Amino acid sequence: MKAKVYVTLKKSVLDPQGKAVQHALSTLGYGDVQSVRMGKYIEVELNDKDRAKAESNLRAMCEKLLANTVIEEYRIEF
Amino acid sequence: MKFAVVVFPGSNCDYDCYHAFKHVLGQPTDFVWHKEHDVSKYDCVVLPGGFSYGDYLRTGAIARFSPLMEAVQKHAEKGKLVIGICNGFQILLESGLLPGAMLRNTSLKFVCKYVHLNVQTTATPFTRAAKKGQILRIPVAHGEGNYFCDAQTLASLKKNDQIVVKYCDARGQVVSEANPNGSLENIAGICNAQHNVFGLMPHPERAAEKELGSTDGLVILKSILDIK
Repeated sequence: MKAKVYVTLKKSVLDPQGKAVQHALSTLGYGDVQSVRMGKYIEVELNDKDRAKAESNLRAMCEKLLANTVIEEYRIEF
Repeated sequence: MKFAVVVFPGSNCDYDCYHAFKHVLGQPTDFVWHKEHDVSKYDCVVLPGGFSYGDYLRTGAIARFSPLMEAVQKHAEKGKLVIGICNGFQILLESGLLPGAMLRNTSLKFVCKYVHLNVQTTATPFTRAAKKGQILRIPVAHGEGNYFCDAQTLASLKKNDQIVVKYCDARGQVVSEANPNGSLENIAGICNAQHNVFGLMPHPERAAEKELGSTDGLVILKSILDIK
């Protein structure tokens, strides 16, 4: 099965890249944009058939490697 | 003292470090490939700068799983010395040997220039040859040197005297204009609670000879040897 992992900076952490993109959007005339947060999107192909097991596996992968939980949070989708 | 300069795929300051410890300081120094498993015969492990694993995922995130890093962990637990410079600092943060994490520079640009550092503490094996408040002129070269940690970690860094060097202006003032990357409270380098593991973004090995424009890096390198 294929899982999607989204890794983004925590709300409490300033995202200078997102800020720069927001600024660029506003100079293009999109002044309605309130904020932009940048992150990573990771596709993981798993051999697991059991979804619960796959999810707990993925959580461990996120904690160990895919995200740095000092600054980032993650979300898993199937 | 015996030095080990660790080489990861993508390290590019390994030869600079080797040169500084071997030829400038005259110490026995070896390169140690990251696939090795043992650093027990060395007194000090040097994690050099560069772009280990192409900075994939996050700086230092993949290098920390190199087989040698387990040996470095044990080396540190024994109280022996570890210094991480630039990418080496990032690897120490990712491995948990030092607290906190690195973010992109607030300018979003790679900065490559001389900066001034204000020595915050001399109670470390890496700054014992310095005077408190001494100003060191040493170059930085990085895109991700924006040090970050949460408020609780920052409080414990302060309590345990772990903030070793801060960015300052030429007069030694720690001001935001002198901060090249947006790091928390101008932090340029920290050590662990035991004071035997030190990470910093500036490159002391690039400021170790008159010909290179500054010898201020020697204050840090000579501190390790405990000579003035």
